[in-house]
Amino acid sequence: MSATAAMVERPPPRTRGWPRPRIVGYALVCLWIAFGLGIVSYLFFAWNPAFFAKYAPAYLRGLGVTLSLVAISMVLGAVLSMPVAYGRMSRNRILSGLAYCYVYFFRGTPLLVQTFLVYYGLGSFRPELQMIGLWDFFKDAFNCGVFAFALNTAAYQAEILRGAIESVPRGQWEGAASLGLHKLQTLRKIVLPQALIVALRPYGNELILMVKASAIVAIITVYDLMGNAKLAFANSFDIQAYIWVALVYLVMVELLRHAIEWIERRITIHLKR
Amino acid sequence: MPAQSIWTLLSWGPDGWSDDIAYGVIVTVLLALATLPIGLAIGFFIALGKQSEEPSLRLAANIYTTVFRGLPELVTLFLFFFGMPILLQHLIRYFRPEATIDVNSFVAGMIVLSLIFSSYASEVFLSAFRAIPKGQYEGGYSIGLSKWQTMRLVILPQLLRIAFPGLENCWLSLLKDTSLVSVVGLAETLRNAGVAARVTKHSFLFYSIAALVFLGLAVVSSFATSAILRSLGKREAQR
Repeated sequence: MSATAAMVERPPPRTRGWPRPRIVGYALVCLWIAFGLGIVSYLFFAWNPAFFAKYAPAYLRGLGVTLSLVAISMVLGAVLSMPVAYGRMSRNRILSGLAYCYVYFFRGTPLLVQTFLVYYGLGSFRPELQMIGLWDFFKDAFNCGVFAFALNTAAYQAEILRGAIESVPRGQWEGAASLGLHKLQTLRKIVLPQALIVALRPYGNELILMVKASAIVAIITVYDLMGNAKLAFANSFDIQAYIWVALVYLVMVELLRHAIEWIERRITIHLKR
Repeated sequence: MPAQSIWTLLSWGPDGWSDDIAYGVIVTVLLALATLPIGLAIGFFIALGKQSEEPSLRLAANIYTTVFRGLPELVTLFLFFFGMPILLQHLIRYFRPEATIDVNSFVAGMIVLSLIFSSYASEVFLSAFRAIPKGQYEGGYSIGLSKWQTMRLVILPQLLRIAFPGLENCWLSLLKDTSLVSVVGLAETLRNAGVAARVTKHSFLFYSIAALVFLGLAVVSSFATSAILRSLGKREAQR
């Protein structure tokens, strides 16, 4: 009896040998290694200089298109998200209702549907659009992609912004008011610096989601990274077209993820104990 | 076109497109419902692997989530849809040289969506696991439950309650991601709406309907989840 009690009090011994989790773990890691080696060896044996010479520049151009699409729509979305976030937080019933509907619509429907709605759907209003001179803008698939993506990300960013601003305690507003700062000054000097720390990670996630979602514009004939991969696959029936593009996306997302983590570590250094 | 024709287009039957779109909605819902249990199961085991004491198991689980959360959904889908037949063909050629393989777009979509869903759900499960205090495990062991019994009887009921809001988000994004499978030719809501749009030239109308369908599905699932949450809460209160 006392022997067992003594055994319970001791910290658990380090597992030695081959317990079941270790066997499973090693097997799974070996599976991943085999998978990775398989892809590397496939890319090595299927190495085709002609394919590479033909499509590598196209991929680079596509990467540029993807990055500019994401950058433009993120910035436009950030601008557009401010009035939406204001509407969401406003006490005015109509204003907050409208903002709520906007956010609900763009978060509740697939981005692909929204993109189709802009690219194909607005074609139904061609005469009207031509009349007000906007048709030249919506004729181009890239512009349609930017339009749909900006509207979509504005809804998500508005929620991020609202959550971050509401995470700042009320006392901060009251303190600033008691010092005689007016609302805009309070927002700019007191609330936003605290809110943006909270918002950094969700903003980063939104950026990563946008990079991933930008592959969708390939379906509406934009030649971004994915669009060029589709073209390369359609011409060559060579699956390495998609493998390369997958690697590029994976590297891009991982770089972004680590960059965001690094920034977060830098700007929250004063909060660490 | 006169307004009359729009109502004809939206009617049920050979002239209208409502039946086609309704069929698409069924396919969408079936795809999402078929993916859910597979994704939940894989996600749960990935989360178990991630919080295991065995480093190799953690590594394998982390590679899984890094890959499937890092790849765009569309790229995963295309890789699988076009790559899998080639791979299977190579394997099968060893046994039967003349065999050909076609991947069904429903099955391909189901597999790809459950890979993606499980990698997101595993994060939700993992944070739920971390929210459960260690004493719960110890209490389970101390009354003589085995590891598996503790998991099933003590941890899992609490885990599900904590993970539920996160899983609801995963479900909503799964519902939206099903629209991507239309690209590889599955006749679901978006694809049928697209066919209707191309045939009738009323693209805005039919794509709006597709959007409303997805919105409606989101509303219905939010009602369903709040009902489930309420019943979970009731059971909590009864204790």
